[in-house]
Amino acid sequence: MPIQGTVHKFGDHVDTDVIIPARYLGTTDPGELASHCMEDIDADFVKRVRPGDIIVAGRNFGCGSSREHAPIAIKAAGISVVIAATFARIFYRNALNIALPIVECSEAAESINAGDTVEVDLKGGVIRDLTTGQDFAFAPLVGAAQDLIQAGGLVELTRQRLAAR
Amino acid sequence: MTITEKLLARAADLDACRPGDFVTCKLDMVLANDITAPIAIDQFREMGATAVFDRAKVALVADHSTPTKDIKAAQLVKKMRDFAREMGIVNFYEGCHGGIEHIILPDFGLVLPGDVVIGADSHTCTYGALGAFATGVGSTDAAAAMATGECWFRVPESMRFRFSGTLRPWVTGKDLILYTIGQIGVDGARYRAMEFVGETIENLPMHERFTICNMAIEAGGKSGIIAPDDTTKAYVDQRAKRDYVMLQSDADADYAECYDWDASVLEPQVSFPHLPENARPLSAVGEVPIDQAVVGACTNGRLEDLRLAAEVLKGRTVDPNVRCIIIPGSQEIHLQATREGLVELFLEAGCVVSPPTCGPCLGGHMGILAEGERAIATTNRNFVGRMGHVTSEVYLANPAVTAASAVLGRIGGPDEL
Ligand code: SF4
Repeated sequence: MPIQGTVHKFGDHVDTDVIIPARYLGTTDPGELASHCMEDIDADFVKRVRPGDIIVAGRNFGCGSSREHAPIAIKAAGISVVIAATFARIFYRNALNIALPIVECSEAAESINAGDTVEVDLKGGVIRDLTTGQDFAFAPLVGAAQDLIQAGGLVELTRQRLAAR
Repeated sequence: MTITEKLLARAADLDACRPGDFVTCKLDMVLANDITAPIAIDQFREMGATAVFDRAKVALVADHSTPTKDIKAAQLVKKMRDFAREMGIVNFYEGCHGGIEHIILPDFGLVLPGDVVIGADSHTCTYGALGAFATGVGSTDAAAAMATGECWFRVPESMRFRFSGTLRPWVTGKDLILYTIGQIGVDGARYRAMEFVGETIENLPMHERFTICNMAIEAGGKSGIIAPDDTTKAYVDQRAKRDYVMLQSDADADYAECYDWDASVLEPQVSFPHLPENARPLSAVGEVPIDQAVVGACTNGRLEDLRLAAEVLKGRTVDPNVRCIIIPGSQEIHLQATREGLVELFLEAGCVVSPPTCGPCLGGHMGILAEGERAIATTNRNFVGRMGHVTSEVYLANPAVTAASAVLGRIGGPDEL
């Protein structure tokens, strides 16, 4: 089933300090974290976002701190997939580990506009901008990243591995 | 092979590996702190794990919100402490026994040359200064590693940064890394290992090497690395309680990119808000008044950093409009700074001296900025809202420039005093 949602657009180098500021790290509750998601760069984001919506951003999305609270907040806010030109490494791993779908595609990141309705076929490797009619292809995940997505995240994968020991 | 490829191959029990390979490595240390461990503990239990893979190879350090700043923080630290006791974790540190994770792990001899380490903290890359492979991960990776003792990696391409020449007065390792990030940008080394070489690096003492590798993540790097040498050996031999190996890159190793820079022409650097890549030489800073100056953090909270700040502050007074906060990186450093008379000197100059903590570095506590306030800090990040209000600003610099700015009331160097 392809994912479909409305796009919220962000620029380059969106860091984890703005995705979820440190002043809210007193909790690990996903719902509470989600209620402050993106607050420092887009105060209305939390009010606008609807379940299934999509984040599209520029280069190096999720740079900075290793806090997993960042992808957790994004996922709990209802975001179904993050598309970016590139991702910072730790955020990329964290997203895969908690099964938040992420797609690296610079053409899509550049062309898709805020408010567009976009469909993403993760398996087929296609992003479709239903507002503009443009299609973008992206490379599927490989290696350990592929294993993680198939298992539904690292918790599940490790549970299987520990049980098999 | 590069030193990074050798480190990963060794821990994966392979003869060789190349950039792009996926390898699974045995870990010598797994780290988490009071922000990341609570989630890791939940995930660890979710995985059905009942014991950590090795009680001596897990380190849990409460440093971000300690001394516990509020009830929520206290609950998180308690959760860590209870878990550490239940699992029999040897290396649990809080408050009076510890300090900032990336300062105490090397200082306590918990990371050694040749090790492969992951930590649920992005500045885990600091330990590359010892000739170890060390990289930051999130809580779930740390949880899986605590349970299994293993982690997968994509072998990174390496970039080589060669510095030659003698540093000018007041120019430090901090300035070399700010300059590097300024040149290549905050994603210039994304997913790559940053290897620092050359006579300038070889002549640097350990504390400045830690500062350099600490900020590899600020260029997007997966790790920073400096080949171990006699300086490393002298530091490690006072601390190591187990064997270690010192590896080197081969002369014909492949690098994705190489840079050669003359360090002798560099001035102290200041990184302007809101990205570490906005580095400028001190002479190009202009008139920037400040409200706060912070010397500390895993970047520059070591004893030698405090000595440098003290050299500048000696017999001088902090500008009445500036809060100057000095944060020794560990209890041991605080004690030594007290013995050497540094603490007295700081207090006489009009600074406050905090117990070891991350505190203001991440906008936690102990010096939070109000609307529009400006700080100069020896920390490593100047993102929007990092030290407080969303409109506040952080300028990154070395300890000497930070101390001089505290006296001047604006950003400036020791030579202006
Ligand atoms: S001092 Fe700052 S950068 Fe270092 S571990 Fe603490 S919060 Fe992170």
